[in-house]
Amino acid sequence: MITPSQTVGPFFAIGLPWDGGPHVVPPGTPGAITITGMVYDGAGEPVPDHLIETWQADPEGRFADLHGHGGPSRLEGFRGFGRCGYDAGDGSYELVTVKPGAVAGQAPHIDVSVFARGMLGRCVTRVYFADEEAANAADPVLASVPAERRETLIAKPTDAGGFRFDIRLQGPGETVFFAL
Amino acid sequence: MADRDTPASYAREPDGVHPPLDYREYRSTRLRHPKHPLVYLPHAITEITGPQLAGGPRSPVLDHDLTRQHAGEPIGEPITVSGRVLDTEGTPVRGTLVEIWQANAAGRYRHRNDRWPAPLDPNFSGAGRCVTDAEGRYRFRTVKPGPYPWSNHDNAWRPAHIHFSLLGRAFAQRLVTQMYFPGDPLFPYDPIFNAVPDERARERLISRFSLERSEPDRALAYEFDVHLRGPDATPLEEAT
Repeated sequence: MITPSQTVGPFFAIGLPWDGGPHVVPPGTPGAITITGMVYDGAGEPVPDHLIETWQADPEGRFADLHGHGGPSRLEGFRGFGRCGYDAGDGSYELVTVKPGAVAGQAPHIDVSVFARGMLGRCVTRVYFADEEAANAADPVLASVPAERRETLIAKPTDAGGFRFDIRLQGPGETVFFAL
Repeated sequence: MADRDTPASYAREPDGVHPPLDYREYRSTRLRHPKHPLVYLPHAITEITGPQLAGGPRSPVLDHDLTRQHAGEPIGEPITVSGRVLDTEGTPVRGTLVEIWQANAAGRYRHRNDRWPAPLDPNFSGAGRCVTDAEGRYRFRTVKPGPYPWSNHDNAWRPAHIHFSLLGRAFAQRLVTQMYFPGDPLFPYDPIFNAVPDERARERLISRFSLERSEPDRALAYEFDVHLRGPDATPLEEAT
């Protein structure tokens, strides 16, 4: 017996985003990076009313869940969770975090949920990092993705020292989404 | 990793419970659903853990009473909405964040893109947050939202609903849904409600009226339990 999903709708911004939401780590954390990107629809148009959520380990592979899996994070104020929600933005998002460590025999990755008006449930994807070439090559999840689509999961370094990760819900270059 | 909140993996969800992402009757799904098949993701540590947003770092502010966020009382029918967050095994999901947002009694959201010319209520913002207790219970005080028109099709109206967001205990349990009110005459016409294929699953979106929980001279009570997906097999506490 499971409660069905329903769309987050057009007006989630009155309830879900909060000021600290996009900060997976506190501002000023040493080693913090910014992950930025756009969300596009099947016509290649930006999706201005999307909500992005992320969940990840800290650089040592430790989680900030109830039980502190992997041991309590030594990173002050590490939350592991990020939420960016804009009601009338330009389709972009920006998250401040740290690069996660490798866990579970997998390359460093961040789990991502995408919600929007017009989506009756979330779409789940993953951020991997372009500078982890060897780890990515050995990652079992990436290996399960058709080779020609793997690139959609790899965040690219930016000039500002962060990463860029665009999400295409449909159409050319459609992002790989997972059945969870 | 051996603890009662962290199964090794979560059961896959049966067909028919969740709406399809491609649902013609809800027009906005057309350009917002993936066309490639989803790739199966086995659950590992990232999927079976989840955020702790109750009192954790930079947590959102909690406020379960939507009727006391301004100087005066909001207009409308005062109600309480309460229930439990459980998994499919009936295990309470304790200490998890429950977030709601809704239109006011006239069916208007406090959002600049809401064009429905029903009045805004200066005493109602329409959003609240609370955290479940040890038994998975939550409770909000609010006013009953009104139905409102939308542009999906000719003479389209949404049944009255309250949006619910549940973090659960694990990334795998994350759920966003909507709670409806019993007996709404708009049910047969709403593509979002009817996108849920299984009729019994659809009925789980409808709250129950409770006279017993209603407060004399104060508020009518609606109950809404939320069922998140549960563990796949043997919990880890039984493993060594």
